Amino acid sequence: MAEVKELVNELVDKYGRERKSLLPILQGIHLERNYLSKEAMLEVAKQLDLSAAEIYGTASFYSFLDTKADGKYKIRVCKSITCEMKGKSDIIKTLEDMLKIKVGETTEGKRFSLLETNCLGLCDQGPAMLINEEYYTKLTAAKVRKILGEYIRNKY
Amino acid sequence: MSNNKLRKVDVIFSPYSVAPYEILKNTMRRPKDEVVQELIDSGLRGRGGAGFPTGLKWKFAKQQQSDQKYVICNADEGEPGTFKDRKLLVEVPRKVISGMAICAWVIGATKGYIYLRREYRYLIQDIEKELDLYHKHAAEIGLDFKIEIFLGAGAYVCGEETALIESMEGKRGEPRNKPPYPIQSGYLGKPTVVNNVETFASATMVCRIGANEYKKFGTDDQHGSKLFSISGDSPKEGVHELELGMSLEDFANEFGDGDTKAVQVGGVAGFCIPRKKFKTTIIGEGNTTGGSTMIFNSTRSMYNVLHNYLDFFSEESCGQCTPCRIGTQQLLKGIEAVKSGKKPPEYLDQLVKLSETMRLTSKCGLGQSVTNSFSSIVKNFREEMIY
Amino acid sequence: MAELVKLNIDGIDVQIEKGQSILDAAKKVNIRIPTLCHHEDLCVAGNCRVCVVEQEGRNTLTPSCATPAEEGMVIKTSTPKVRRARKDLMALLVSEHNTQCTTCYRSTNCELQDLAAEYNVDNNIYLSVLKEDLEIDKSSWSIEKDDSKCIRCQRCVRTCAELQHVNALAVTERGRDMKISTFMHLPMNEIVCTNCGQCITHCPTGALTERRYYDEIWEAIDDPEKHVVINTAPSVRVALGEMLGFPVGTRVTGKMVTALKKMGFDSVLDTDFSADLTIIEEANELLQRLKDALVHKKDVALPMITSCSPGWVKFIEHMYPEHLAHLSSCKSPQQMFGALTKTYYAEKKGIDPSKIISVAGMPCAAKKYEANRPEMRDSGYHDVDAGLTTREIGHMIKQSGINFLELEDSNFDSIMGESSGAGVIFGATGGVMEAALRTAYFVITGRPVPFDNLNITPVRGLKGIKETSVKFENCLPEYSFLEGVEAKFAIAHGLINARQIMDQIVAGESPYHFIEIMACPGGCIGGGGQPIPTNDEIRKKRIKAIYDEDMNKPIRMSHENPEIIKIYEDFLQKPLGEKSHHLLHTKYRKRKRY
Ligand SMILES: Cc1cc2nc3c(=O)[nH]c(=O)nc-3n(C[C@H](O)[C@H](O)[C@H](O)COP(=O)(O)O)c2cc1C
Ligand code: SF4
Ligand code: SF4
Ligand code: SF4
Ligand code: SF4
Ligand code: FES
Ligand code: FES
Repeated sequence: MAEVKELVNELVDKYGRERKSLLPILQGIHLERNYLSKEAMLEVAKQLDLSAAEIYGTASFYSFLDTKADGKYKIRVCKSITCEMKGKSDIIKTLEDMLKIKVGETTEGKRFSLLETNCLGLCDQGPAMLINEEYYTKLTAAKVRKILGEYIRNKY
Repeated sequence: MSNNKLRKVDVIFSPYSVAPYEILKNTMRRPKDEVVQELIDSGLRGRGGAGFPTGLKWKFAKQQQSDQKYVICNADEGEPGTFKDRKLLVEVPRKVISGMAICAWVIGATKGYIYLRREYRYLIQDIEKELDLYHKHAAEIGLDFKIEIFLGAGAYVCGEETALIESMEGKRGEPRNKPPYPIQSGYLGKPTVVNNVETFASATMVCRIGANEYKKFGTDDQHGSKLFSISGDSPKEGVHELELGMSLEDFANEFGDGDTKAVQVGGVAGFCIPRKKFKTTIIGEGNTTGGSTMIFNSTRSMYNVLHNYLDFFSEESCGQCTPCRIGTQQLLKGIEAVKSGKKPPEYLDQLVKLSETMRLTSKCGLGQSVTNSFSSIVKNFREEMIY
Repeated sequence: MAELVKLNIDGIDVQIEKGQSILDAAKKVNIRIPTLCHHEDLCVAGNCRVCVVEQEGRNTLTPSCATPAEEGMVIKTSTPKVRRARKDLMALLVSEHNTQCTTCYRSTNCELQDLAAEYNVDNNIYLSVLKEDLEIDKSSWSIEKDDSKCIRCQRCVRTCAELQHVNALAVTERGRDMKISTFMHLPMNEIVCTNCGQCITHCPTGALTERRYYDEIWEAIDDPEKHVVINTAPSVRVALGEMLGFPVGTRVTGKMVTALKKMGFDSVLDTDFSADLTIIEEANELLQRLKDALVHKKDVALPMITSCSPGWVKFIEHMYPEHLAHLSSCKSPQQMFGALTKTYYAEKKGIDPSKIISVAGMPCAAKKYEANRPEMRDSGYHDVDAGLTTREIGHMIKQSGINFLELEDSNFDSIMGESSGAGVIFGATGGVMEAALRTAYFVITGRPVPFDNLNITPVRGLKGIKETSVKFENCLPEYSFLEGVEAKFAIAHGLINARQIMDQIVAGESPYHFIEIMACPGGCIGGGGQPIPTNDEIRKKRIKAIYDEDMNKPIRMSHENPEIIKIYEDFLQKPLGEKSHHLLHTKYRKRKRY
């Protein structure tokens, strides 16, 4: 709790206390904590003199601002049209098999969350996915196995 | 000038024969009104989709009296099938930044933002390096205009300029009522120019080569060159710079895989053109200027394509207005019901009418443009919707 | 002089101030355009889109509520294109809606129902896209929230933000999942909400309603063992008629009393009586505080602020927990009444208090919560067993089959049925202040307050914050410490205005001695339990009715009410006395800000 407070303080000092600083502050928390906890949102509300509902309403609008704890690595597979044409469902299936979870779920121990997302702007190289800030293109089942294998082995 | 032929050009991605910041410096030696007129004469239209004449936008913004004005580069590129802005920011960021700086100088803004979509966060470091360089140049030539990156948080609708501004103000990205337009009352209530990444880069090139040269590209109706994001069933996927005004036939011959059944012009917000209409369709005329073209060959189910689009719209709608929030869900459920036989084929006509209501009554371009792809697919591929 | 623009609507030329909307212009020439998300009290949203019209030169339709009228515009409000579009929009709203008009509390008083009927919407055109897993939130004592009936017009959100500055409700999620909700979707009883019910009166549908308790009341009435007492607040009698066929602003006091008696209440009493009592206690409390400050140089909290609006009380408990000392310790008239019903009344009437059911008929949603505060049991019982809103009373009268329009008048029962005009005006913003000044000035100087006919007009009206001051001269010896003092007063209604007053206090810059605050815009006549719609036009008419009632009363100062004199003689002994303290005063608690 105290820690969240410090983090929010830091971010508020950096970006300011006006409403226009809200997104950068929420993003800042998200980068550190992987999601926006209840405590974090309440602290931001306090510091920016907004209501808690306003913070939640704003955060829940955006796909990259999560309000519940989930995986450390968020795998976002593009489901928009050209990636779908190029074999997105195989990619999903491969990931589901490897992680033993379905889309929208998180592995036990909260390491991986599997999500579908809309176009990543890599349509000429589909199927594409993001794992946190890294992007991967021209995916095949084999390629996915290799990439994910590395995450599983190396990035605890 | 022969019309409607496909011609590849190299303006926007041409290597910096004159450094963009030289262009900026040279431009700033000219009278502002002359520069604005040059842009108007060039016929350059916004590359973000709505196609508003860029010179006019700047002129109006220049006329506004205000203690503060803003310039925003719209890099929220979220339209499925569009990825040219990413490439521009990677390959020719200085042309983009110069364009912003020229705009700022013209309209009298001291602060600018690049609204970068969250999915492109991996570009931040490189862009920031470029901005450092720019700020050094700006200081040298005495231009008081600072640029910051504002990172989006994942919402397609934030590409709509007023939603983008709401988002920058720390709110939900819900489009505003217009009027007032951003050039009257934009970010924090101040006059604001929002332009697409490519628009700024093109503006830089207009300043470099002049309206007359620039107008030589394209046809009598459509001037200049344009980036096309090409994806789908094409051996040449990627970003291509082409002169405006080519026919879709030429386009499909050049970029298709020989088996092209339809081309989606202008992203999911644009039109889906079947093969039989390729000859008579000129890219850019009556379809949107975003430059996304997705190519479908005969193996593709157009039902699946439409289903995918509608799923996208119903998720990415901001949800505030009735026609778009509920209409997108109805269209999605409706085609499913027709496909499964729960509703008769005639129900498709009801849905086309509904999409027309959405066009007439939606608050922003998202809801208004759903009918483009919806009715073009339903009308041209009706069988595929039913069986 | 504001700039005028001229436009043409349906062939009629209209001139209107620049900045006004097309909708405003249409209203001016009596052209009705349907609306849903629009509300006179709130800022423009432009999200329902049913107000669209055709504008010459545009190929999409124009939302009339959200578009400023401009010079030379040519508008058509009812073309086939417009009607088709509106009908389609209504059909869409219905397809997302849990249409249950036969069982819905808002039926016959619902904007969605009205418009759907007007456009004769075919329920089967579209498939249902109503979310399936929606549950009705009944966690709050005051507010019931049923998302399945929400059309997402955001009127409640804007109300809670713009009028009340609480922001308890927000728009959450996006696209097809977008809804109106709370922080982390918490139930209503776990969030920071004042229970004011303004969101209810601004909701066009049955999505937000008050928690209803009338079934329990009917049961009690039917139970021969129970002695059921109801007291009705001043604002109820000037608004109830709206639900029962009378024009806005009609006083139906006598008919209301008759109806309640016919329905089987054993005794129909007047909350105005305890309003008078509140004045005595509160005026004395104020004088005590002033004396402590001026004579004893004690550190007492000034300004003192009224505490009769439970929405306001909960607001200050949440938002300014460090400043509760400013609140008068007086209970609200409802709670005073309750406590006395089960003590004084029971004693005088010789009724076992455990057999008494005390019901409060209120213009308010927050009073339901107040009645259930654990500290409100000073009589040894639940002081108030249930609070009913004006709307619920209207429903009950309808259920009884009473022909209200034709009813004869009757008087409140006794005891605790008599009141002064000062008690009556409690219902309007400024009324408590006026009533308190009428008595306080008299107590201090022995003369009536120096305003024409006792009408202290500066405290009246709908201005958000009102101020006045009174100079005390030729004071009675006991109050010589006030000689020459110019006391300053303020009145705020609507919590957004309360916030301004409080911020001044927090900053130590408040120039006032006494402040009246009401949670609801307009005061209780605009309360969260009042008939819907409520807007400024309606508020003004209800307020006028209140002041008319005051003028018609033979007694217009609380301390002259004979029943008040008697209760002090027979029961309470003296203001702020021991019994008063026990039964009529209370304490407040700090609550969490977030
Ligand atoms: C739903 C929606 C999404 C949009 N997304 C983008 C976008 O990603 N990038 C963009 O430049 N313009 C986008 N636009 C268009 C902008 O609203 C605006 O017209 C544009 O940024 C203006 O720049 P331009 O004149 O240079 O095209 C979008 C519009 C809508 C309705
Ligand atoms: S059209 Fe769609 S995206 Fe645009 S404002 Fe309406 S609901 Fe939002
Ligand atoms: S909210 Fe209105 S339309 Fe809906 S069920 Fe209730 S009365 Fe009917
Ligand atoms: S009852 Fe009042 S405070 Fe609570 S949500 Fe409604 S308007 Fe807001
Ligand atoms: S709860 Fe009522 S006021 Fe609020 S958005 Fe829903 S329908 Fe509108
Ligand atoms: S469609 Fe997948 S990245 Fe654009
Ligand atoms: S009343 Fe105008 S959009 Fe809702």
